[in-house]
Amino acid sequence: MLTEERRAFLTQRARQARALTLEAIYRVGRGHIGGTMSIAELLIALYDDVMRVDPSNPSWPERDRLVVSKGHAAPIVYAVLAMKGYFDPKLLDTLNANGTTLPSHCDMRKVPGIDMTAGSLGQGLSAAVGMALANQMDHRDSYVYAIVGDGESQEGQVWEAVMLAAQRKLEHLIVFVDDNGCQVDGFTGDILNMRPFDQKYRAFGWHAIYVEDGHSFDQILDAIHQAKQTPDRPHAIILNTVKAKHVPGAENTYQSHCFSLTREQLDNSLRNL
Amino acid sequence: MLDNMDMKTALGETLAEEMRKNSSLVLVGADLMGANGTWPLHGEFPDRVINVGIAEANMVGVAAGLAACGKLPVCDTFAAFMARRDYDQVFISVAYAGLNVKLIGSDPGVAAEMNGGTHMSFEDVALMRTIPTMTVVEPCDCAQLRQAVKAMLEVKGPVYLRLYRKKPHKIYEDGCRFSLGRADCLTQGRDATVIAAGMMVWNALQAAEQLNQEGIHLRVLNMHTIKPLDKAAIILAAQETGAIVTAENANYFNGLGSAVAEVIAENSLSVPFQRVGVRDQFGEVGGTSYLMERFQLTASDIAQAVKSCLKRRQIH
Amino acid sequence: MKALRDAFGDEILALGRENPNVYVVDCDIGKSCKTLEFARQLPQQHLNVGIAEQNAAGVSAGLATCGKIPFVSTYAAFGSMRMCEQIRQEICYPRLNVKIACSHGGLTPANDGASHQAIEDYGIMRTLPNMTILVPCDYYSCRSLIRAACQWDGPVYLRFTRDPVPFIYRESDQFEIGRARTVREGGDVAIIAAGAVMSLALQACDLLHSQGIEARLLDMHTVKPLDTAAVTAAIQEIGRVVTVEDHNIINGIGSAVCEVAAGLGRGVVKRMGVQDQFGESGPYFDLLEKNGVTAQSIADTARSLVTGEN
Repeated sequence: MLTEERRAFLTQRARQARALTLEAIYRVGRGHIGGTMSIAELLIALYDDVMRVDPSNPSWPERDRLVVSKGHAAPIVYAVLAMKGYFDPKLLDTLNANGTTLPSHCDMRKVPGIDMTAGSLGQGLSAAVGMALANQMDHRDSYVYAIVGDGESQEGQVWEAVMLAAQRKLEHLIVFVDDNGCQVDGFTGDILNMRPFDQKYRAFGWHAIYVEDGHSFDQILDAIHQAKQTPDRPHAIILNTVKAKHVPGAENTYQSHCFSLTREQLDNSLRNL
Repeated sequence: MLDNMDMKTALGETLAEEMRKNSSLVLVGADLMGANGTWPLHGEFPDRVINVGIAEANMVGVAAGLAACGKLPVCDTFAAFMARRDYDQVFISVAYAGLNVKLIGSDPGVAAEMNGGTHMSFEDVALMRTIPTMTVVEPCDCAQLRQAVKAMLEVKGPVYLRLYRKKPHKIYEDGCRFSLGRADCLTQGRDATVIAAGMMVWNALQAAEQLNQEGIHLRVLNMHTIKPLDKAAIILAAQETGAIVTAENANYFNGLGSAVAEVIAENSLSVPFQRVGVRDQFGEVGGTSYLMERFQLTASDIAQAVKSCLKRRQIH
Repeated sequence: MKALRDAFGDEILALGRENPNVYVVDCDIGKSCKTLEFARQLPQQHLNVGIAEQNAAGVSAGLATCGKIPFVSTYAAFGSMRMCEQIRQEICYPRLNVKIACSHGGLTPANDGASHQAIEDYGIMRTLPNMTILVPCDYYSCRSLIRAACQWDGPVYLRFTRDPVPFIYRESDQFEIGRARTVREGGDVAIIAAGAVMSLALQACDLLHSQGIEARLLDMHTVKPLDTAAVTAAIQEIGRVVTVEDHNIINGIGSAVCEVAAGLGRGVVKRMGVQDQFGESGPYFDLLEKNGVTAQSIADTARSLVTGEN
């Protein structure tokens, strides 16, 4: 569906988002690398190709909204917001610095473009459901997108929100499950297995799509397109992703959740992007 | 050995020793067992270390069930989640049900550092203090932690232990005396008293040193048990030193400072009193020393509070 | 006599009719929280999320980001404890305009027992930055304060009780958030109370009056932000204070008043309320009595402060 040129452009943008994120985390010494790298393509696809937003007017009521429920992914969300022009990319230098306005977890009161504060896992989907309900009652055609981690789906509140969204037929709600298979203490399959997500969502009355390669722009965009063609149900897009994607030595390890990059690792990663 | 240890390692070692002695001891965590030093025990005790995943409410419910069957469960996660996410389960399934479950919350207050406002727990002590039958303990270094963990396991009923998990300033020697509910008098001054817990004990001792040079001799009380509170020590301190300052790495509403205020006001002690603590604000990202300055929790802030109390005493 | 939960049912309906952004989020107990009429008349402004309080808090946060004024309606036990983390994280921390409106506060779900009684609810809320806490004592003040909460931009916790309580005020009386109300004037002792126990405090004032002791009775309907001026005046002018609440004596009005008194370095405060113990099933006033809260005991405590006996 994508032209060669467009695909190359998006790939380049994802590369840039990863680089900005890794540099910012390197500067502060330590950070959430694994779970930021696993959603780079998704964020670029959303902001560059899908979402109706106006960076010069971040509180535009008609905008599409994004709730990043896995709030620790904030550094790459900030990077993408900066690339979109929500704020000066120089601000990324202050990630987690004393007195910063760019804290480690998504913060709607400090960062223009962040639609919901998050950080305590398992809560964002409820807020996304609330937004979708408000849009529904105000007859807005805006979409609400949410990114939920596979590990955080172990929180019971996630499934309360899932049930309500189906009950209310929130067809303009699209949830992405970043199924990277890792959580802090181990592989999700070893700690508390959540797979298969698509079957779980379907059993709860959702339209669910499994995406084989969660880093493929074609597959991500195709799934979103399919979702928008399917009425009367909320949509779950399960992205099979790689934790710490493109960080040599850290890919697909749960230890990559939060760690310190060495200068050498940073340089290697930047070369590898 | 303990001198260079971080507190999570001390916690893990102490629990391992106790688990070897007590086969009913079970650890239940929620995907932060690595961070809290309890996950390594899973090698030696594969059946008695249970990681429920990112599901804190379920962790506490499962622990309650284990306790109902005679096990002695110890739960751990970050303080923010232990106090808030689990609150209903701690209240009903543990405390009201009268079950013997121990709760460990790590990264208290500013210690959450780079995790920022969402993870920065300034309210955990307050929330736990409102639960009837709950014991609330905050040790200040590795040696005291070891004793506090042993005491926690011995006492019947729910206990919340507030854990700094990094390398602390050393205050106690290994094997130190520890008595739940009895404040520890660290310096014997008679000019004013600072009542502190956890990380703030070190700041209080630093303040005592600063003031010593100005001829002001502080009594520093380590109020490691915030509930049940050592009222007698507070009353004695008020009578003998005539001024009281509390120091806590928490909201100054409803925590240690409020608990001491209750004793002062109810016993009509009428001494100058000031609370050093977070002034009903949310946290933010930053290093510990920056955050201590930002929220006015430093040794100088404590010294300043003492001086302003002494000034008020002179005026009266 | 009229119940505070009825005041909520009546006022929220009036507010909903006036303002289409006023929204009620129920958690399957609309009947006992008195929101059924709202749901019937204003179905577009009503949502029942089912038995899922944490989700109710999160959904309301989402609604608030889109300009709605959601009132989450549930019991105080669930609205404080079950949602604690969600209120802190998704409502108070981002300072969203969500109202947590809870019936069955304190020991008032008397027969339901300890699991449904909320003896720590506003203590929890008082520890959360950005939270405003309202604990009205009668039907009219309750309606006025619900209206004030709706106009207040930011999180508010409202605590109602289950059973009918006597009228203290007139329909025309207006109440301001953060401003305590002097119910009785007096200079011998101050009684600071809020909520359903106000009528006991008022009876205590009568008992004291018959013994020649004049008590100042303050209605501390706003627990946070506390009217420190009124508390300071009571301590400086009188110096003897009794606090009375249907709540754990820890972390509620008693603790808040102690903080002020200790900070002033003078005065004496006696806290009356739930004695840091769990509730049980039984008639409401018997449960209060088990915690030492009766009109007589309030009067006795106040008198002992005046006479210096203990």
